[in-house]
Amino acid sequence: MNTIWLVLIAVSIVTAVFTGKLEDLTKAIFDGAKTAVEISLFLAGIVSLWLGITRIIEESGLIYKISHFFKPIISRLFKKIPENHPAVTSITLNILANFFGLGNAATPLGIKAMQDLQTLNEDKDNLTFEMMLFIVLNTASIQFVPFTVVGILSDFGSSNPSGIVFPTICATLISAVIAVSILFLFRRLVK
Amino acid sequence: MKIIGYISQLMIPAFILFAVLYGAFKKVRVYDSFVSGAKEGIQVIVKIFPYLLAIFIAVKAFSASGAFDIIKSALSGPFAAFGIPPEILSVAIIKPLSGSAATAIFTDIVKSTGPDSLASIISAVIIGSAETTFYVLAVYLGAVGIRKTKYLVPVCVIADIAGIIIAIAVVKLMF
Repeated sequence: MNTIWLVLIAVSIVTAVFTGKLEDLTKAIFDGAKTAVEISLFLAGIVSLWLGITRIIEESGLIYKISHFFKPIISRLFKKIPENHPAVTSITLNILANFFGLGNAATPLGIKAMQDLQTLNEDKDNLTFEMMLFIVLNTASIQFVPFTVVGILSDFGSSNPSGIVFPTICATLISAVIAVSILFLFRRLVK
Repeated sequence: MKIIGYISQLMIPAFILFAVLYGAFKKVRVYDSFVSGAKEGIQVIVKIFPYLLAIFIAVKAFSASGAFDIIKSALSGPFAAFGIPPEILSVAIIKPLSGSAATAIFTDIVKSTGPDSLASIISAVIIGSAETTFYVLAVYLGAVGIRKTKYLVPVCVIADIAGIIIAIAVVKLMF
């Protein structure tokens, strides 16, 4: 992240000097700060909401039942998560929310999943392989129906707006498999 | 399509209702429990905020600097050689950085090339199958405050590039 951030900032400022867009750039930097606050406030609401709901399902024991149910599926990929651990539930709910395009639930549940995975981490400063796998699955965005895109296409009078659904599912599944494979490949190479 | 839309709208209310009813059935004081869980939300956000700030400043600065246009004009030659509409480059480059910006560019492409054009269809599939990678990284890494990310970032970047190539290939094969 350090490299990416440095490159983005340095390239932006140098390019802006050459393209004469320094004024736009300065405005954009402050605009970015404002967006970060707005997004954080929005996240604060939905994250609190989902943490509240997950506390209820923790105290009623439902979370452990869901974990038990999905454990066989999740443990094929996430090998180091013990039986009945809450992480199984938060990972499952996050993947389901992504699948149905429910971004407002997916992000908070993903944050919860990361925290649950961190409780299993022995070295708190280092990512575990399970965390990396979880993030890679999220950046691959396994989505069933891209509602926003279909909506825009039909707004502009597309002859078949849902025609893109099948290719999108194919593309998203293939790229998810490839993303996970790249991660496993890197694990081999780094070792 | 309508049924799927309806089901996904129903998912969250149904889940919340079930969680609350099951809690009440198990004699959990659901209101107190909800509040005590929700209390932790703000601390999580306070932890994530600096990461979000860093990423949004970098992304906004990058979009405003004109660096996009330079990358676009450099890549449009090779893209045209493969019969790929150059318009989709903007979507492909911006999608990992910003979801709302990608949707805005997508709307422009649909407006200018028509909803049934190859450019519109490829961009639609890219938006549907790619994720705002750097936002996800900032939020999820920020949530646990881990700085040593090992090989995660290169994996995500390579996977993003592969995802865009796959989206183009899938559309080319099917349309």
